[in-house]
Amino acid sequence: MKEPLIYDISSPGRMAANLPACDVPRAPLPKAYLRQALPLPEVSEVDLVRHFVRLSQLNYGVDKGFYPLGSCTMKYNPKVNEDVARLPGFVNTHPYQDAGTVQGNLMLMHGLQEFLKEISGFAAVSLQPAAGAHGEFTGVLMMRAYHHSRGDQKRTRMLIPDSAHGTNPASTTMAGYETVKIVSDARGNVDLADLEAHCDDSVAGLMLTNPNTLGLFDEHVQQIARLLHACGGLLYGDGANLNAILGIVKPAALDFDVMHFNLHKTFSTPHGGGGPGSGPVGCSATLAPFLPGPIVTEELVEVEHEHAGECDHEDEEGEEVYRYSLEMPASPIGRMKAFYGNFGIFVRAYTYIRTLGAEGLRQASQDAVLNANYLLARLKGVYPLPYDRTCMHEFVLSGVLPGAPGVHTVDIAKRLMDFGYHPPTVYFPLIVPEAIMIEPTETESKQTLDAFADAMLQIAQEAKTQPELLHGAPHVTPVSRLDEVQAARQPVLQCLKG
Amino acid sequence: MVQYAKDRRYLESHEWVKLEGDEALAGISDFAQHELSDVVYVELPAVGDTFAQGDTVATVESVKAASDIYMPMSGEILSVNGELGDSPALVNEDPFGRAWFVRFRPSKPEEYDALLDAAAYQKHCEEEAEKGGH
Amino acid sequence: MPYLPNTDADRAAMLKAIGVKSVEDLFHDVPAALRFPELQLPPALSEPEALSELRTISEYNVDLDHAACFLGAGAYHHFVPSVVGHVLSRSEFYTAYTPYQPEISQGTLQSMFEYQSMICALTGMDVANASHYDGATAMAEAVVMALGVARGKRRKVVLSAGVHPEYRAVVRTYTQGMGLNVTSDDQPRDAHALAALIDTETACVIVQTPDFFGYLADPDELCALSDAAHAAGALFVVSANPISLGLFKPPAEYGADIVCGEGQALGGGLNFGGPYLGYFACRQVHVHKMAGRIVGQTVDRNGERGFVLTLSAREQHIRREKASCNICSNEALMALAAAVYLTALGKQGLRQVAELCYHKAHYAAEQLSGLPGFQVLDQRPFFQEFPLRCPRPVAEINDYLLDEWGIIGGYDLGRKDPRWANTMLVCVTELNTKDQIDDLVEALGALPDQDAETEDAA
Repeated sequence: MKEPLIYDISSPGRMAANLPACDVPRAPLPKAYLRQALPLPEVSEVDLVRHFVRLSQLNYGVDKGFYPLGSCTMKYNPKVNEDVARLPGFVNTHPYQDAGTVQGNLMLMHGLQEFLKEISGFAAVSLQPAAGAHGEFTGVLMMRAYHHSRGDQKRTRMLIPDSAHGTNPASTTMAGYETVKIVSDARGNVDLADLEAHCDDSVAGLMLTNPNTLGLFDEHVQQIARLLHACGGLLYGDGANLNAILGIVKPAALDFDVMHFNLHKTFSTPHGGGGPGSGPVGCSATLAPFLPGPIVTEELVEVEHEHAGECDHEDEEGEEVYRYSLEMPASPIGRMKAFYGNFGIFVRAYTYIRTLGAEGLRQASQDAVLNANYLLARLKGVYPLPYDRTCMHEFVLSGVLPGAPGVHTVDIAKRLMDFGYHPPTVYFPLIVPEAIMIEPTETESKQTLDAFADAMLQIAQEAKTQPELLHGAPHVTPVSRLDEVQAARQPVLQCLKG
Repeated sequence: MVQYAKDRRYLESHEWVKLEGDEALAGISDFAQHELSDVVYVELPAVGDTFAQGDTVATVESVKAASDIYMPMSGEILSVNGELGDSPALVNEDPFGRAWFVRFRPSKPEEYDALLDAAAYQKHCEEEAEKGGH
Repeated sequence: MPYLPNTDADRAAMLKAIGVKSVEDLFHDVPAALRFPELQLPPALSEPEALSELRTISEYNVDLDHAACFLGAGAYHHFVPSVVGHVLSRSEFYTAYTPYQPEISQGTLQSMFEYQSMICALTGMDVANASHYDGATAMAEAVVMALGVARGKRRKVVLSAGVHPEYRAVVRTYTQGMGLNVTSDDQPRDAHALAALIDTETACVIVQTPDFFGYLADPDELCALSDAAHAAGALFVVSANPISLGLFKPPAEYGADIVCGEGQALGGGLNFGGPYLGYFACRQVHVHKMAGRIVGQTVDRNGERGFVLTLSAREQHIRREKASCNICSNEALMALAAAVYLTALGKQGLRQVAELCYHKAHYAAEQLSGLPGFQVLDQRPFFQEFPLRCPRPVAEINDYLLDEWGIIGGYDLGRKDPRWANTMLVCVTELNTKDQIDDLVEALGALPDQDAETEDAA
């Protein structure tokens, strides 16, 4: 089922866009600067639309079915958020417009900053980072700036648990730190002895995901914070798994110093086929001066009443009036990107939080954790479970099935596609061989979970009795298993001729 | 059947080194290429670079993994294997022959004797395989 | 509650299957004293209430449907064909994740492959990735890539002062832990003067075209600069406005090794600064050092053509602390917007848009240069923006333009740099009609003197 490349549908002279004519005199063009060829496609609007519609039909999204990708929080993307994000009052504003002409935008951003502070317990938030990894890099740079501000240049190492997402060590390296791995213990927690052995004054901090990538809440999280702070290090929180703890516990209360949020995970903004996301960073008052900027500040504005001589903070309806501005923090690490962050994503996250409210957010986390534990209960008798504990919003199984020696996790994943599911996260975290990480999220019903569990159990059975079904999978998708070795050995990365 | 060429020595990290007069060749073993499965790219150093024993001298990429390759003995790079650019699959097909990575001049020839011979290396590999590294 | 499908009966059945009494029991690992804090958030809104509330907030803004816009400086008000929004609204595209399971992600993968191809078409480069966060972070990644190509042995970056000030700030922010010497942007320097600063310590030389002030560089001068960079073993990085590439030489033709920039103008819309699109392309020889996701073509078990993410061993999920870049989520949906935009406009249309911008901007410059008290500063070739010296501070002029004429004026160059006081960067796109431009000229022509205004206020 092949869709031609757009270049193969092209025909010279066609154009889809309908542009206005030039209504001003034409100025001379600098001939020596002009290009000759411009090898872009030439298609009509109908062909364009059909091409992209047919491409879309080759895709699987959350709107098509269950998408249990661990650590990605593939929850339902509310449509009202999409409508709001498309309001022309938001879309058609330029980032350099005078602040007085974009008070709506700044008010929304300030509101989101405040919501994230309340949810996390942190003292300050910057919305600027464009993705989780961007937020991690931001947090690590902030830690570095903090230590340097105290004249401490000898901290050159960052501690990172062996279960960490690859972005953690990668961000650490970008900031100029050396990564030191801390092992996990038999219960999936950070090994306290290993941590203690590494805590000294060469350590800038620890990057901790909690709940971690095994879906487990660290049983010693407060001790971890104490050990780290005792040696002068800071505690970074990777907030990818925040969906488990909204209204359950505030990360700041667990003594994290700085944390990033993933709006495209916890706060329902769509994944977009890979992005855009948004990775705001929250932090303690101590680290607040180092946030990247600008951030939005709020100022109560004096309003004169109609009655002469009176001047108070209420307008005619008795509400307070605020002015919003963009300001750089006191000693910022700098700018993480041009402008203020992924504003279109802020609008969606803001609307989501306004729609759920405090009770809704807590219910979301409770249902996320309940759904995960239920699915775990249905599967754990059949799939090996490396850490037999109450899970949070996700859990990790192994694909090494007794009685199915030639079957690997990749085969199970591909076979799930034949049942109409997107596979869970596979081969991560690295500390579990043949890992399968399942995160159902709270927006799935018990029915969906039961159907998925039934499919997983059937596949486990097939693994023993008809493994060729798994090895040959997927059978019913638009393409069958693809040759990734050839793609890497002989890269063909674009289709222009010559 | 995993091969263990006898005319050379090995590191526990699966590099081999073969002396040729006052020069030497280095590459990775058959056991290593098995572990990596299909090699898609090899990054090699520049001619003239010098490395100490144990320094990262090259990187081997498969579809799902990247492995650092360590210099088995200290020395200066005399040439690198240009064939690996077009045909990284050679590493899987002929790890001891056509898929040599670098030719170098050892600066401390005495380092050779402390390396594992084929028998000791084979024993190490069999133990590693038993421990369940997939 | 919205989006939570489970009923109390469902929850009870699940709790029973798990073997706990209540959902609170599932949180036993959370320190008891800290469990279930109250969250002080506004009460939940129903859908119509949410729509109404957010619409009200949006209407506190002055938006560009209601004011003519002459503001650019790195974000541009361009026509977005209606097809872009409709394609992006297909939830098969926007509710999908990164295409790690290619068999059910061919829509995302093929559209990204086509996007990569079109970026190569625009820039003349051999390969492109599937996006960075924006033009500024793409430039920072170009620096990191140049360091990788130099195998870590070079620590200097020659950066033109013509690069957007926020891009230069982002480059410094990104590289603050890398021990680099980012130099040469302390004052304006032409290509010749920049070339003189390149040495064997230099990892890369970076220019922007058109530059922040709107000027186009002479391709011959850029060739000479590129030659100087290559002679010293450095990479030549060009940050290029993609609409301008509809008209002007692709940077490959004057020796670029890396071409990057802001793709927002390609169907992305303004969105108050984000989400935007960092496009990034380079020569074939450097592909293994390029960061970001890359889509490649291959075949499936039946020999059918398909697409996959490839060369993944460069990326963070495999290289971890040895990865050159930590990027995970990118701007995929904005790259899709760019692919649709470039397809909709195509070979002829993109050139037409670029020409409209060029001619309208030149008409505006000509008309404005006739106004007493105003001066179009330079006679160098420009694309769609130019600095205009004004008789009064730009902030005052912009207040006047908005209050009296409903026009959003250009960027105040003096805001960050006192050497540019009273200078407005005027931007014109294909969306500015002749009438709008004439109104701007009339408005500025009628600008009261400072003195006249003071008298009125007294």
